[in-house]
Amino acid sequence: MINRYDVVVIGGGPAGLATAHSARQNGAEKVLIIERDRELGGILQQCIHNGFGLHHFGEELTGPGYAHRYIKLIENDPGVTVLLDTMVLQVFENKTILAVSPDQGVIQIEAGAVVYTMGCRERTRAAIRVSGDRPAGVFTAGAAQRMVNMEGYLPGKSVVILGSGDIGLIMARRLSLEGASVKAVIEIMPYSNGLTRNMVQCLEDYDIPLYLSHTIAAIHGKDRVQGVTCAKVDDKRNLIPGTEFDIECDCVLLSVGLIPENELSEATGIKMDAVTGGPIVDQMRQTSLPGFFAAGNVVHVHDLVDWVSEEGEIAGKYAALYAQNKLSESPKYIKVENKSGIRYVVPQNINVNQAGMVRLYMRVTHPAKKVSIEVAGNSGVLLEKKLPIAKPSEMIAVDLPQAKVEQAEQFITVTLKE
Amino acid sequence: MGEKLQADVVILGGGIVGAAIARELSRYQLDIILLEKAPDLAMGTSKANSGIIHAGFDAHPDTLKAKLNVRGNELYHQLAPDLGFSIKFVGSLVVAKDEAEQPMLQELLDRGRENGVPGLEILSAQQVLTKEPNLTADIRGGALWAPTAGIVCPFQAVFAFADNAVINGVKIMTECEAQSIATSDGQVVGVETSRGFIGARFVVNAAGLFADELSRTAGDDSFTIQPRKGEYILFDRKVGDLVNSVIFPTPNKVSKGILIAPTVHGNLFIGPNAEDIDDKCDVSTTCDGMNYIIEGAGKLIDRIPLAACIAQFAGLRATAADGDFIIRSSTTVGGLIHAAGIQSPGLTAAPAIAEMVAELLNEQGLDLREKPDFQPKNPPQIHFAQLSVEEQQQLIAQNPLYGRVICRCETVTEAEIVAAIHAPCGAKTVDAVKRRTRAGTGRCQGGFCGPRVTAILARELNIPIPAVRKDTAESNLFFDKLPADGEVNCHD
Repeated sequence: MINRYDVVVIGGGPAGLATAHSARQNGAEKVLIIERDRELGGILQQCIHNGFGLHHFGEELTGPGYAHRYIKLIENDPGVTVLLDTMVLQVFENKTILAVSPDQGVIQIEAGAVVYTMGCRERTRAAIRVSGDRPAGVFTAGAAQRMVNMEGYLPGKSVVILGSGDIGLIMARRLSLEGASVKAVIEIMPYSNGLTRNMVQCLEDYDIPLYLSHTIAAIHGKDRVQGVTCAKVDDKRNLIPGTEFDIECDCVLLSVGLIPENELSEATGIKMDAVTGGPIVDQMRQTSLPGFFAAGNVVHVHDLVDWVSEEGEIAGKYAALYAQNKLSESPKYIKVENKSGIRYVVPQNINVNQAGMVRLYMRVTHPAKKVSIEVAGNSGVLLEKKLPIAKPSEMIAVDLPQAKVEQAEQFITVTLKE
Repeated sequence: MGEKLQADVVILGGGIVGAAIARELSRYQLDIILLEKAPDLAMGTSKANSGIIHAGFDAHPDTLKAKLNVRGNELYHQLAPDLGFSIKFVGSLVVAKDEAEQPMLQELLDRGRENGVPGLEILSAQQVLTKEPNLTADIRGGALWAPTAGIVCPFQAVFAFADNAVINGVKIMTECEAQSIATSDGQVVGVETSRGFIGARFVVNAAGLFADELSRTAGDDSFTIQPRKGEYILFDRKVGDLVNSVIFPTPNKVSKGILIAPTVHGNLFIGPNAEDIDDKCDVSTTCDGMNYIIEGAGKLIDRIPLAACIAQFAGLRATAADGDFIIRSSTTVGGLIHAAGIQSPGLTAAPAIAEMVAELLNEQGLDLREKPDFQPKNPPQIHFAQLSVEEQQQLIAQNPLYGRVICRCETVTEAEIVAAIHAPCGAKTVDAVKRRTRAGTGRCQGGFCGPRVTAILARELNIPIPAVRKDTAESNLFFDKLPADGEVNCHD
C-alpha cells in the first residue's frame, strides 16, 4: 500500500488543525494529520478555561470549544485523513515519514510537503536548577493541568507556583476553584510573565500573593513535598543571602517557560534559531529545507492560540502550493534582523519574490511604556508602529505591506524606540 | 506476613551488592531471601553514582578495593551479555593539568600495574587532545589511559542481577525493612523485619549506609558508616558526545575529583563532589554543590553545556573509617557476613564481592551445592527503539502495545512499560518504571509521559491513581479531588 499525501501535518493541535484546513482550501487534495494523542486538539483539550478565540472567531471560547470549531471542519472534510494514537518515528529529507501506531504498526508515508506542528514542551526543574530534595509533588504546570482537567485528580492541596507564565496563573485559579490552597506565585523577574488579564483574573481575584524578584532556593521533603525556601534575587538573578523564608506546601508547580519541540526538525537537518528554539522560516513558514514548513509553537512560543491558527493557515496555504508545484522556483531572500530592544522576529527571512503583505511577529527584551517599533531597510525607515506599552510576555505583530518589502532591498531591521 | 518464613540465607539490602550476592548464591541449592525496605531495589547508593566500571588503578595493592575492582571488571564482560544490561568499555583518562601533576600519573600507572590492570599507558598532551578534542587545551601534563574502564547503568545492573536471582529461586521482599538481626548464643538465628520474623542461620549484611546500625543490633559494633554526599548534573543526549571516555582530573586524597563522562545511554554527566554529612537520608542537591562541580568540570572542558541540563541529583557513598571495603565474617557473631563500606569502586567490585561472600559463607559452614538447573542468563529484554522496522512490525503484530509510544524523548512503548511492571523483580512506582525502561529520563523529564505511566501502573497493579507512588513508600503523586460540601468523594 502506498501512503501518499499532498500535505502531511505532524501534530494535531491548533497549529496542525489550521494548517490542514488551510492546505485543503488552497488546493491540496489529500491531507494527512498525524497525532500522538487519542484525540485532536492538542493542549487546547486540557485548557477548559475561556478566553480563546477573541481575535480569530470574535467570541470567547474555551480551549476544547476552540478546538472543536476546527475539528468539525476537519471531520466534515473527506480530503483530510487523521491518524490518532500515532507517533512519528523518523522523517527523511525526501519527505518520507515513518510512524507507528498500535492499530497499523509501522507505516511509511510519502508527502508532497511536510508541515511541522508539534507545539512545545514545558521547561523542567533541571532547566532552572532548583536545589533541594526530589520528592513527589513537583510538577510542570501543564502536566498538573492535564491531571486535574482530563484525568480528574489533584496534584496537591497546598500549592506554590514557580514562574508567572500563563499556564501557572491559570493553574493558580484552577486549583483554587478545586479547593486547594494556592500559597504564592514566585517570579524571578521584576515583572510578571503572564498576560495582564491573567494576572488580574487568576491572582488578584483570588488574593494569591505574587512575589516578584524572588525564586525558590530549595524544595524540601523526603517522600512528598513539605515546603519550599524562597529568597529574593538581585538584578543578576542571584540569591540575596538573608532574605530566605519558608512556605509550607505539598506541591510545587513549575511554570518557567516553554521550549518548541523540535527534535524531529533537528533530526531532519533543518536550520534552527537559537533564540526562538524553532526553525528559521520565511513568511510562508517554509524552513531551510524546501518543502518542509512549520507553524505554531514549534516555530516560536505564542501567547494566543488565535495567532497559532493564523500561522497554521499561512503554512498550510504555502505547503499546498508547494505540493502542487505552484510556488515560485526562484526565491530571493532578505534577512530580518532584530536590533536593540527586540528579542526576536519571525519570520527570520523574507522571500521578496513572494507577493503579499508580511506580518512580522516579535517580542521585546524588556517591559517599556510609550514606545515605537521601527522597521527599516537599507534605504531607511519603512514604518513605525507606536505602542502605549510593550511587555516581553505579549507578542507584537507589525504588518509590512508588499510595497514596503520591495523598498527594503537587502535587509530589514526591527528596533524598539523608547 | 501470616506464615513463618525460613531461609538458609537472608540478605539485607537490595543495592548492587545485595543483588549481586543474591544472584551469586542462587547458583546453589539454598533458600535465599533478600530484604529491601524501599518499594524498589537500587534506591540507595546504587541509584545515584557515577556508573563507572573502574579499571582498578586507584586503590593501594594490599586493599580489598584493589583486588575486587580488577576481578569485578573482568566479570562484567560476561555478566553484561548474560544478564542483558548495557555496558561500554570506553576507557578512562586521568588528566594532568601540568608537569607538577605528572608524578601522580606515574604513581597511578605503577599502582595499576601492580594491581594487575591491563593496557595502562601514559599519553602526551597531544595524544590526549586527539582522543578528546573537546577537552580544554590547558591540559598540558598528558594523561593516564586505562582502556579497560567502562560505563554502565547502575540501576539496570541491579535489576539484571535481581531478575536473574528471582529466576533462580531467590525471594525478594521489597518494602520489608530489616529491623534487627536476631542471635542466640552468639549465633545468628534470623531477622526481625517490619513484616515479621524470618528465621535463618546466615545473614549477609549488605545494608549500605545502614550496615553499621544493623550490625549493632547483633551486638557487633566493629565499624561505623559515614555518609558522604556526591552531587551530579546530567545532560541531554544531544551533548552526549562531548567526551568519548571517562575523564578524571588527577585525584586528591578524598575523592577522584570532579569527572566528566558519557553515560551508557548516550547522555553526559559531571560530578561528584564529596561532602561528609550526618543525615543518612539527605540526598538533596545544594546550590554550593552545583557551583562546585560546575567549576570542577570547567577545569576539564571549556564550555559546560548548562542549557542542556536535564537533571540534578545527589547520592550518598557509604564510607568506612579506614576507607577500604569491610567484607568479612563478624568477629562477634557466628553466621553474620558483612559486605559493608562499599563506596567507589563498589559498583565495579560487586560481582567479585559476591564471590567472596559465597566463600566466607562456606567457611562459616554453609554448604554450597550447585543447582543442576541454574539459569545463568536472563531472557532478552526488548528495546523497541533499537530494533529494525521488520522486527518492530513483528512485535506489534504480536502485541499492539508495542505500537504505542508512551515516552517520546526516549521512544519507550507501552509494551515495554507493561513488561517492566511484570518483570521477575517488577516495577511498582513511576520511578521504578523510569529506571527500568527510561520512560521519563529524557529531556522533558516525564512532562508528557508522567501522567500516562501513572495510568498504566494503576491499571496493571490494579490500584487507584492516588495510590500510585513516585519512588518511596509515602511518595503518592496525586490526590482525589476534594469533596464539595455535602457530597461523597469517590473514584472508580
